[in-house]
Amino acid sequence: MEAQATYNYKVVRQFAVMTVVWGIVGMLVGVIIAAMLVWPDLNPGLPWLTYGRLRPLHTNAVIFAFGGCGLFATSYYVVQRTCQVRLFCDKLAAFTFWGWQLVILLAAITLPLGYTSGKEYAELEWPIDILITIVWVAYALVFFGTIVKRKVKHIYVANWFFGGFILTVAILHLVNSAELPVTFWKSYSAYSGAQDAMVQWWYGHNAVGFFLTAGFLGIMYYFVPKQAGRPVYSYRLSVVHFWALIFTYMWAGPHHLHYTALPDWTQSLGMVFSLILLAPSWGGMINGIMTLSGAWHKLRDDPILKFLVVSLSFYGMSTFEGPMMSIKTVNALSHYTEWTVGHVHSGALGWVGFITIGAIYYLIPRLFGRDEMYSKKLVETHFWVATIGIVLYIASMWIAGVMEGLMWRAFNSDGTLTYTFVEALKQKYPYYIIRVLGGALYLSGMIMMFYNVIKTISAGKAVDAAIPATNAAHHA
Amino acid sequence: MDIIYLLIPVSLLAVLLISMLFWWAIKGGQFDDLEGPSFQIMMDDDRDTPEQSAQESQR
Repeated sequence: MEAQATYNYKVVRQFAVMTVVWGIVGMLVGVIIAAMLVWPDLNPGLPWLTYGRLRPLHTNAVIFAFGGCGLFATSYYVVQRTCQVRLFCDKLAAFTFWGWQLVILLAAITLPLGYTSGKEYAELEWPIDILITIVWVAYALVFFGTIVKRKVKHIYVANWFFGGFILTVAILHLVNSAELPVTFWKSYSAYSGAQDAMVQWWYGHNAVGFFLTAGFLGIMYYFVPKQAGRPVYSYRLSVVHFWALIFTYMWAGPHHLHYTALPDWTQSLGMVFSLILLAPSWGGMINGIMTLSGAWHKLRDDPILKFLVVSLSFYGMSTFEGPMMSIKTVNALSHYTEWTVGHVHSGALGWVGFITIGAIYYLIPRLFGRDEMYSKKLVETHFWVATIGIVLYIASMWIAGVMEGLMWRAFNSDGTLTYTFVEALKQKYPYYIIRVLGGALYLSGMIMMFYNVIKTISAGKAVDAAIPATNAAHHA
Repeated sequence: MDIIYLLIPVSLLAVLLISMLFWWAIKGGQFDDLEGPSFQIMMDDDRDTPEQSAQESQR
């Protein structure tokens, strides 16, 4: 019975620490490939370190290793605390940790070796795809098993977001990764041509929508109120937010394929659904930010709250920018330019990165029996260094993107192109350097975080909090 | 665009599943109180004093 009296913090601790570790790895690779775009000679001629192989390593590491570990850590913490019950099946939870680390390790080996299915954000070859499926099923069992045995009747809204994310990612992965193996490390997609492109971006955008949005909104709905010390602005709105997002997200994908071989009506449909998404996104963003109404002064001296609230403003910004970029006339300018890269990173560094960092700073002291992080000042420094890094990154990419878009479409009076491709590339050079600087600042912030986490852990001691006796009125 | 014969049924199936969950949640009384739950998580004190927890994990 003794084991039942505490929460399972062990798996949360493991995932929380690995979030920081993989964050550094993924962002380091990002800085390296950004530098390669400025100084192509950086690669000493090794095929394993070419841009084309490191780029998927970067995206996989930041999305699935950093973001993924962050989601595992926070969802396991939130589901336990809000259901007031220990995680379902400790062994299965431990399996999700080691299984996920193995997936990441295999990705870090196979991608530089050149094994790829060629599907963006789903590059891993079929044996790893199968391993991902097994780990994901275990994750779903642990998460929903915990919900089933909950001691609180109401399922808190954050759990709905986490649950929606787990289920949808399972469907996306299964449909998009349907492939025919030919050798152990080579497979071909079950779809071809425009059909394959459609599935790929149906997956690709829903990965943004469910992996990088729904899951992190779950983090938002728990950690923002907890850190602010105030209940969420409108609980009713948060429930509407969830169902609106879930019912409308699925069909935004075709906006990645404007002006391609995809039928026109599908492109327009994708655009309309992307525009609709503005409503639930902004509803959620306002709900999160307004949670601070009457407690704005807390922002002044709480760097963790700064991370969480600024992440929401980046969420608002990129969910405005996204629907705008999905409009076909805007997309005609923005598509294939650095603007897209800037947009992705305002969402990734600003929204996903900051909300994860904030949540991990919240968790680490609680998981290791400390009152707060080793150095609050360092958290503050991290916040400002990272914020300046993001601003440099996205501003340089906006300028470079719009500039090259305009240069590509400039015509002379006789109908010939005004600029060659390489002329536009040359103009981007200074902005590429600014981007490297922005990325390096963001990475240095993560290194500060790692130091701070290590110091906090070494001063503390792993604790497994006791499950409080619940109020009888709330029992199921 | 034969692929829509796969993607649309998958989406409809997802919508059906989501609708059933939504129905279950409404009927099950999940949304009867749309104020209280936000306060309930605030009352859950997850900052155990280190001494208490240390004892807890030693036992």
